[in-house]
Amino acid sequence: MSENVLRIRDLSVNYQTDRGVLEAIRHVNLDIPKGSIVGVVGESGCGKSTLITSIIRQLDDNADIPNGSIEFEKQDLLKLSLDKMRNISGTKLSIIFQDPMSTLNPVLSIGRQMIDIQYRDKISKKRKKQRSIDMLTKVGIPDPRNQLNQYPYELSGGMQQRVSIAMALQAGPSLLIADEPTTALDTTLEVQILKLLKELQEEMGCSILFVSHHLGVIAELCDHVVVMYAGEIVEQGSTYEIFNNPAHPYTVKLLECDPASISKKQNLLPTIPGEIPDLINLSGGCIFKNRCDQSIERCDKVTPILNKFDTHHFVSCHLIES
Amino acid sequence: MLLYFVKRIFLGILIISVAVTLMFCMIHLVPGDPARIMLGPRGTTEMIADITMRMGLDQPLVIQLMKFFGNILQGDLGMDVISSRPVTAIVFGQLPYTLWLIFSAIFGAMLIGIPLGCYSALHRNTLADRVTGVISVACITAPSFVVALYSLLIFAVTLKWFPAIGAGDKGDLFDQATHLVLPAFAIGISWVGYLSRLVRASMLEVLGENHIRTARAYGLTESTVVYRYALKIAILPTVTVIGVGMGFLISAAVFTEIVFARPGLGKLIIESITSRNYPVVMGSVLVSTVLFVISTTISDLVNAWLDPRIRANL
Repeated sequence: MSENVLRIRDLSVNYQTDRGVLEAIRHVNLDIPKGSIVGVVGESGCGKSTLITSIIRQLDDNADIPNGSIEFEKQDLLKLSLDKMRNISGTKLSIIFQDPMSTLNPVLSIGRQMIDIQYRDKISKKRKKQRSIDMLTKVGIPDPRNQLNQYPYELSGGMQQRVSIAMALQAGPSLLIADEPTTALDTTLEVQILKLLKELQEEMGCSILFVSHHLGVIAELCDHVVVMYAGEIVEQGSTYEIFNNPAHPYTVKLLECDPASISKKQNLLPTIPGEIPDLINLSGGCIFKNRCDQSIERCDKVTPILNKFDTHHFVSCHLIES
Repeated sequence: MLLYFVKRIFLGILIISVAVTLMFCMIHLVPGDPARIMLGPRGTTEMIADITMRMGLDQPLVIQLMKFFGNILQGDLGMDVISSRPVTAIVFGQLPYTLWLIFSAIFGAMLIGIPLGCYSALHRNTLADRVTGVISVACITAPSFVVALYSLLIFAVTLKWFPAIGAGDKGDLFDQATHLVLPAFAIGISWVGYLSRLVRASMLEVLGENHIRTARAYGLTESTVVYRYALKIAILPTVTVIGVGMGFLISAAVFTEIVFARPGLGKLIIESITSRNYPVVMGSVLVSTVLFVISTTISDLVNAWLDPRIRANL
């Protein structure tokens, strides 16, 4: 068993709202083995973004973490001082965000931003510039020397995302978080960017935490898949297991809803009936019970926990236990 | 860029002509025969007729206005009938005093207001932010002439920290500076409040944007994030407001110059209106309008310098 770059244990995140405490993430455990790509999948509001922002320690002021730890390379990120956290951010721990058009600073040139993030390195500005050019070449940007003088608005969305990837990988991180990096791009670009990510990951040997609601992308790219629902991990395992042998009713329905998996012609796209439950004043019991068509009495009373289903496959469901 | 300047100059000319025409009409609506008021009760009929003729008041309004515009094109603002000096000399003699006053007021306000706004934005909803907020609003609502009177009473008359009236000795820079403090304070204090509120609001907006989250995720230091990445965007609306604010500053200078008995454009305008000295009034208004046009142009250029997206559309 290889060691884990990231080890999240029993992580919960609450938001203080006007209506009460919103429990956005509850008791999440997550491991990212060295050199692997772990995909987190789930619909909007399932806690994907909260999970990421708590890793990079950029939660909003109204959030608090009542329990849990986020161990990155053997140190708990949640216990680090802001200065120490700043030293890890952008060097060992990097992130690519969803919307490339708003990720880069609009009033500073690409070169300026790429050089700025190397502020820790005590090398000449010329070498920093050269390094940026090399990095841009690596992510497939044509004529990188001139691109450095460009401003983000002068580049297309795909190019901006390439620049973001270049910036994120510049310091050679051991973990790259990718927050729906292709959602805002069209399909052709999506394929290109994913291919690029995969290539760079293999070349640089980093791990990737890949967050998406796009099942096809996850299946294509990831070694392991984590399925989140309403702030909990309901199922996790190897990509093959999750896609070929889904055990949790939610995962089963999610896969049924994937347009790519629909074989026969029909007028309506399948959906999961019902809505994500209100995360304020949770009543206990299984979180998916309201939308589950197989729920039993036990689901109302006891909150299921993640149990081993197979060697590399864990499920949180009473139906599996019994 | 060239198109921008052509547009700007055209717009400037339009603004100036409208302002001057309006002023011209307004001044002729003020009751009383200028010649009679100027000369006072002892003016004889011949003298009045003489002044009327020399000021061109016997001609129709339209002709007077045309003549005035015609003279402007030649750089001539006419003659002051009373002192027989060219209006240009009078106005430009007074202009530096007002410029110094306005500039020290606005630069002082920027120096205090902008960091204050940044501080408030970064410490949102803390006690310090709330206190700054209340003081800022109080500063904004206090009229400059009231501040002028009270600061005169407190700092000049009672405490005797600063001189009360005048502009200081010519050639003695320190004396001039001390004379500038209170009037500039009177005009600038509301701008401190205004700018700090404005910067706070736009700073909060920018700090919530995605690229700031990115900058922080790359581990940039907080000061780099705030002052290089956020402030450059957050300052844009402030620059525009300061450019337009030049007009308000000139009118605030009018009151303040009266209270502190300082020479300047404002005092000149008031005095020439009370004595119905039309050429001087028109000359001062013209120069203030030109100042306004120049300051808005400069603020546009500063914005373009700060933001490449604006630069590209210039």
